Amino acid sequence: MSSRPALVCLGLCAALCAVAEPVEFNRDIRPILSDNCFACHGHDASHRKAKLRLDVRADALAKEAFVPGKPEASELVKRLFLTDPDEVMPPPESHKTLTPEQKELLRRWVAEGATYQNHWSYDRPIKAAAPNSATAIDTLVETRLRAKGLRPVGEADRRTLARRLHLDLLGLPPTPEEVDAFVADRAPDAYARLVERLLASPHYGERMAQGWLDVVRYADTIGYHSDTPRNVWPYRDYVIRSFNQNKRFDRFTLEQVAGDLLPDADVEAKVGSGFNRLLLTTEEGGAQAKDYQQRMLTDRVRAIGAAWLGQTTGCAQCHDHKFDPLTQRDFYALGAFFADIHEPDIGRREEGMLVVTPADERRLAELATAVTRARQTHETALGGLGAELAAWEKEATDDLVPAATPEAKAKGKAKSPDAALAAKAPAILQKPAAQRSDAERSTLRDYLLSLHPEALKSQRDAVAAAQREHDAFRAGLPKSLVTTKVAVVRTVRILPRGNWMDESGEVVKAAFPHYLPQPKLDGRTPNRLDLARWLVSRENPLTARVTMNRLWMQFFGTALSKNPGDLGAQGELPPNQALLDWLAVEFMDSGWDVKHMVRLIVSSRAYRRASATPAELATSDPFNRELSRQSSYRLEAELIRDNALAIAGLLVPKVGGPSVKPYQPDRYWENLNFPVRTYAADQGESQYRRGLYVWWQRTFLHPSLLAFDAPSREEACTDRTRSNIPQQALVLLNDPTYVEAARAFAARTLATAGDDEQRLTWAWRRALQRAPEASELATLRRVLAERRKSYLADPTAAQAFLKVGLTPPPTTVAPAELAAWTHVNRVLLNLHETITRE
Amino acid sequence: MSLPPELQSALTRRAFLGRTTQGVGGLALASLLGPAALATPGASGALSRLPLPQKAKRVIWLSMAGGPSHLETFDPKPKLAAMHGQPMPESFTKGQQLAQLQGQKLTCFGPQHKFAKFGRDQTEICELFPQIGSVLDEICLIRSMTTDAINHDPAHMFMNTGSQIAGRPSMGSWVTYGLGTEAADLPGFVVLTSLGKGGQNQPIAARQWSSGFLPSKHQGVQLRSKGDPVLYLSNPPGVSRDAQGGDVDAIAKLNLHRERFVADPEVATRVAQYEMAFKMQASVPQLMDVKDEDPKTLALYGCQPGDGSFAANCLLARRLAERGVRFIQLYHKDWDHHGDVKDGVALKAAEIDRACMALITDLKRRGLLESTLIVWAGEFGRTPMSQGNGRDHHNKAMTVWMAGGGVRGGLVHGSTDELGYAAVDKVATVHDLHATMLRQLGIDHEAFRFKFQGLDAKLTGVEPCKVMSDILT
Repeated sequence: MSSRPALVCLGLCAALCAVAEPVEFNRDIRPILSDNCFACHGHDASHRKAKLRLDVRADALAKEAFVPGKPEASELVKRLFLTDPDEVMPPPESHKTLTPEQKELLRRWVAEGATYQNHWSYDRPIKAAAPNSATAIDTLVETRLRAKGLRPVGEADRRTLARRLHLDLLGLPPTPEEVDAFVADRAPDAYARLVERLLASPHYGERMAQGWLDVVRYADTIGYHSDTPRNVWPYRDYVIRSFNQNKRFDRFTLEQVAGDLLPDADVEAKVGSGFNRLLLTTEEGGAQAKDYQQRMLTDRVRAIGAAWLGQTTGCAQCHDHKFDPLTQRDFYALGAFFADIHEPDIGRREEGMLVVTPADERRLAELATAVTRARQTHETALGGLGAELAAWEKEATDDLVPAATPEAKAKGKAKSPDAALAAKAPAILQKPAAQRSDAERSTLRDYLLSLHPEALKSQRDAVAAAQREHDAFRAGLPKSLVTTKVAVVRTVRILPRGNWMDESGEVVKAAFPHYLPQPKLDGRTPNRLDLARWLVSRENPLTARVTMNRLWMQFFGTALSKNPGDLGAQGELPPNQALLDWLAVEFMDSGWDVKHMVRLIVSSRAYRRASATPAELATSDPFNRELSRQSSYRLEAELIRDNALAIAGLLVPKVGGPSVKPYQPDRYWENLNFPVRTYAADQGESQYRRGLYVWWQRTFLHPSLLAFDAPSREEACTDRTRSNIPQQALVLLNDPTYVEAARAFAARTLATAGDDEQRLTWAWRRALQRAPEASELATLRRVLAERRKSYLADPTAAQAFLKVGLTPPPTTVAPAELAAWTHVNRVLLNLHETITRE
Repeated sequence: MSLPPELQSALTRRAFLGRTTQGVGGLALASLLGPAALATPGASGALSRLPLPQKAKRVIWLSMAGGPSHLETFDPKPKLAAMHGQPMPESFTKGQQLAQLQGQKLTCFGPQHKFAKFGRDQTEICELFPQIGSVLDEICLIRSMTTDAINHDPAHMFMNTGSQIAGRPSMGSWVTYGLGTEAADLPGFVVLTSLGKGGQNQPIAARQWSSGFLPSKHQGVQLRSKGDPVLYLSNPPGVSRDAQGGDVDAIAKLNLHRERFVADPEVATRVAQYEMAFKMQASVPQLMDVKDEDPKTLALYGCQPGDGSFAANCLLARRLAERGVRFIQLYHKDWDHHGDVKDGVALKAAEIDRACMALITDLKRRGLLESTLIVWAGEFGRTPMSQGNGRDHHNKAMTVWMAGGGVRGGLVHGSTDELGYAAVDKVATVHDLHATMLRQLGIDHEAFRFKFQGLDAKLTGVEPCKVMSDILT
C-alpha cells in the first residue's frame, strides 16, 4: 500500500521528463515518416511524388519540407494541419492519418532543428559500458527500469526456474525428482550447475535447432505442386550437432552459405551447405525453367534477408524497397551470389551426397569389392565358354536369316528376356566378327547369355547377389542435398517488376547491398564465400544483432526488437537498444560463442524473475517490453508433443536420424497427387520420437503440429504466431498420440504404490512438478469416480479406449480401472499449465 | 496512462468470466453464454464499422481446380471452329510465354462442343451446361478474366491470396478476419474438396486456405466427406459424450482455478476454446448429416448423402450458409485437360451442372441468394491452340461467373478476341475480382490492410485495380 503513492510520483515524473526530453529522430520521428510518408517520398525513385524525398535530410530541406527551427515555414508541417483534401498530407487516398500527438511531435522536432539520425541498425553496434560482463544484461535492463520508474518483480520460485530452464534449454520437462534436487540444493552455485548440466545435454542441440530450422525453412518435401520428398535430413542432424558442439556461429554461417567453397571443406561443411538447397522447387509438368530460376533466386534472397540480415528483401523483387535503402539492383545483385549453385531449374532433384561414417564407408567399399570379385569370377568362367559361345552365335545368326518372318521375330523375342539386347543384337550379328567393337562384342555376349539362362548360373547369381547387397546397403545410407558449384554461372538480370518474361533488364553481378559496409575486394567480383564472410564480419552491423534478437525471443517470448525478421525502418527501434547492442558486440567479442550468450542470458536476474503480472505493471509495462518480469507463454508445437510423451514415459530420446511419421488421420494426404500418396505411420520406436523429427510435408504438415502454429516452412519463419484455437483442444483430447500418452501415463501412475490420493498426487507432480492443492485433487477425484462407474458398467467401452496406440496396455490392471485413470491423466495432459512455460 | 485496447478487452473478458463462473461450472456457464459471447475476440471482425453498404454477407466460392477451358464452357468462338486445324496466327502468340506448348507448332483447335442459347437474352453457353443455362438469368458471366500465373500451384495461390509467394492469407481468412463470423459453433471459413472421375486431380496445398500472417483462428477448416469431417473431431473409441464432457469440465475447472494465480488472459481463452471444440463435436456431425433434408432437395442436387461428390458439397455449402459461416470454398478437381478436352469437359459438366443450378435455386427459394455471393472460377483458362486433342494452361483469358450477393444476373461482362486467346474488352484481373467481392461484402479493398513486414499488406496488392461496378446492382 505504502509504495503506491511513490509509484504514482515516479510515473508523473516520467511523464514530465518525457515532455522536457528532446525529440529523437530514430525513436520518435522515423517511425512516423516511414509508416506514413516514405512510400511516396522515400527510397523508391519510380514511385516518388513531387520529386520530394523525406528520408534524406538535405533533399527534404532543399524542398523546404522542413525548415529547421521554423515549423511555421515548413511545408510539410503546414500540410499536416490542413483540412482541404487536396492539400492535406498524408492525402486521403493513402488511408493514412496522423494522430494529433504525432503531428505535434513532428512540429516540435522541426522546432528543435529537424536533426536526422542514421537508421539504428545500419550503424555498428557499440558496447555500452558495464562494470562486469557477467552482469551487464541486468545493469542495462535495470538502468532502464529505474529511468522508467518501474519496479521489477522478484525471482521466480525454484520449481518454476527448474521447469523454465528445462523447457527453454532442452525443450523437455524436468522430472519431479530433478526439481526436488534443485529445490533442496541451497549451494550458491546450484543454479549455475543446473545451467551447465543442461547446456551439456544432447537435447540442448535439439532445442536450439528447432528455431533455426524455421529460419532456414527446413522441410522434407519440395513445396510446390506435387510436394514430393527430397533427401535433406542429415542437414537437420548437422544443425543439432553444431549447437551441441557449440560450433562458432561464424563458422556455422560459412558452412551453410558456402561450405562447398571453403578451403577445408569436409563432409560436415558440405552437409551444412545443404542450406542452399532447402528452398521450394517444382516437378510440375509445363513449368518454365526461367520462371523457376527467378523463383529460386528470389527465395534465396528472402531467406538470407530473414535469417542473417533482418531485412525484408522480398519487397525489392519488383521495385526499390519503399522503406529501406535496399534497391532492386541490390536485390538481384544479392541473388547473383547464388547463380553458381548446381541444380536443375525444374524437375526432380538429385539423390544427394552420401553422408557416411568411416565404418559405413568401409562397408560400402567392401561390398563394391565383392561385386568386382564376383564379376571377375564370372569373366573368368566366360573365358572358358569360348566353344559354347561360338556355337550359340552360329545358332543365333542362323535364326537371323529368316528374320523378316513374324514367326522368327516372335521366336527371337520369346527366347531373349532382354528386349534392349535383342534389339541391338541382329545388327551386330550381321557384321563380320573382326569388325565388331569391344562394346558390340560384349553386347553380343550378353545377348547370347540371355538366351541361355542356365549357363554359368552360379557365377551369374553370385554377381547379382553381390550387386543387390551393395545396392541395398547404399540405398539405406543417408543422403543429403548439398551445394556444388557450376562451371559457368547463370546470368542474372534485374527483372522489371519482377517479371521473368521481361529480359530487358540490366545484367548484374554479385554485390553487397550498397547501403551496408563494403568489404575490400580489389575489383574482384565477390562469390558466395565472400558473402558468407561478409555476413559474419565485424563490420556487418546486422548479423549479430539479428541473431541475438532471436535468441532473446527464445528465452523471453518476445524479441528485443519485436519483429525479428525486420530490423529495417518498418521494424521496431528496440526499447532497450543498448541491451541488444551489448549482446551483439559481446557475441562477436566472444568468438560468436552461442553457449556463452545463452549462459549469460539464462543466468541474468532478468531471466530468473517470476512471470505473473502484478496489477501496477499491467498498466505501466503492459506488454513487458521493459522486462520488468518474465513472460508466460504456450509451448511451441513440437514441445507440446515432447512434453506429453516425456511425462507419459513414452518418449524415445534418441538424437538425430531420418524423419519420423506419427499417427495421422486417414486421408489427410488425399489432396496430394503425382503420385497419389498414402501415409504409413511408423511402427516401433520412431512413433515416440521428438517433434522436431516429424516428417515435414510442406503442403500438408502434420495436423497436430499445424494446429499449434508450426510453420509450413515454405518461407523463412522468424517468429511463430502463438494462437489459441479450438483445434488445439481437439488434438490434445482426441489425437491417438495424446490418448496413448494418457494411457501410458495412467499405467505408470497405477504402477506406483499407494492409494488414490497418493497416486493422484504422484501423477500431478509428474505432469506439473508441483504438488496439487486440495481443490485440484478433488476435481481429479471426481473424474476418477465417475469414470470408474461408467467403465465398470460398460467394459466394452473400456476395452475400446485402451486399444488406442501401438503400445500394449498392461495386463495386470483391470481394464475399467486403467480406462478411468486414463481420463484422469488425460485431463492433466490437457491443462493450460501443462502446455505453458511460465 | 491508459491501457492499450487489446489488453483492456482481454482483462475485461477475464474479469467477466472470472466473476460469473464462481459457483457455476465453467462448462455450464460457457454453454449459457455461447461461444460468440465468450470465446474469441474475432467472433466480430476487425472492421467494427463497414465503410460500404454490405450486399453480401457470405461467399460460396466454387473453385474449379485444374483450369477449365473457357472454350468448352462459357465463351463461344465460332471463328475458332472455322479455323480448326489451321496454324494459329502469329499475331496472337508472338513473344508470349506458354506452358507446355512453348516453342511448339501452334494450331487452332475448335471448340469441342456445341453452344446453345439460354436465358432472357439468349446468351450462348456450351450445351453441356443446360441446368446452369436454366438459371442463367441469375448469373453474371465475366468472359474477360485474366491471371498472372500459368502453373497450377502459383495460380491457385494468386487466385486465393493475390500473391504468388507462399505465406499470404487466403481470401477466406481476410474476410473472416475483417467481418468475423455469424456461426455460433462452426469455423468462419470452411473448405470442402471433391475429386473428379477423369484422373486429372491436381494436388491442392493446404496453404490455399492458410491464414498466412493473419491470426491462425482465421485459417480455413477443411470439412472432409470421409473419416472425421474435421480432423480429430471424434472422441477416442470408448469415450462417450458424457465422459468427454466430464473431462472438458474438469479441465476448465482446473484452468480457471490456476488462472487466479497467474492472471493470464490466455487461460480464459483456452477454456472457451475447449468449450467451442466440445460444441463442434456435436454441431459438425449435425451439419454433415443431411438425413433431415427433403428427398426432393437431394434430388434437386442429384446427390446421395455423404457420397463426397461436388453436388453433396454444394448441399453442405447451403447448410453452412444457413448456419452463418462467412466464407465457404469448394474445390472440384480434375479440370486439367491437356488431353481429350472433349470428353474431359463433358465428364466435368455431368459432375457440376445440376449441382450449380441446385445451389442457386435452393438458396434463392430460402431467401439466401441475395445475401450470398457465389463465385465460380478456375485458376486459369486454356489455350485456343491444340495440345494433341487437349489444351494447354493459359493466363490471358478465362471465364468466371458470379451469382447472388448483389451481382446483376443475366449479364455478360467483357469479352475475348475472336479466337478466345486474350481478353480484350473490360479486361479484368484477379485483383479486380477480389476488389469486387470485397466491395459486395461492404469492404473497401484499398483501406482493408494488415501490417506485415512493415507493409500495409492488402489482399489486392500494390498495383492499382478496380471494382467491376458494371456488374453490380
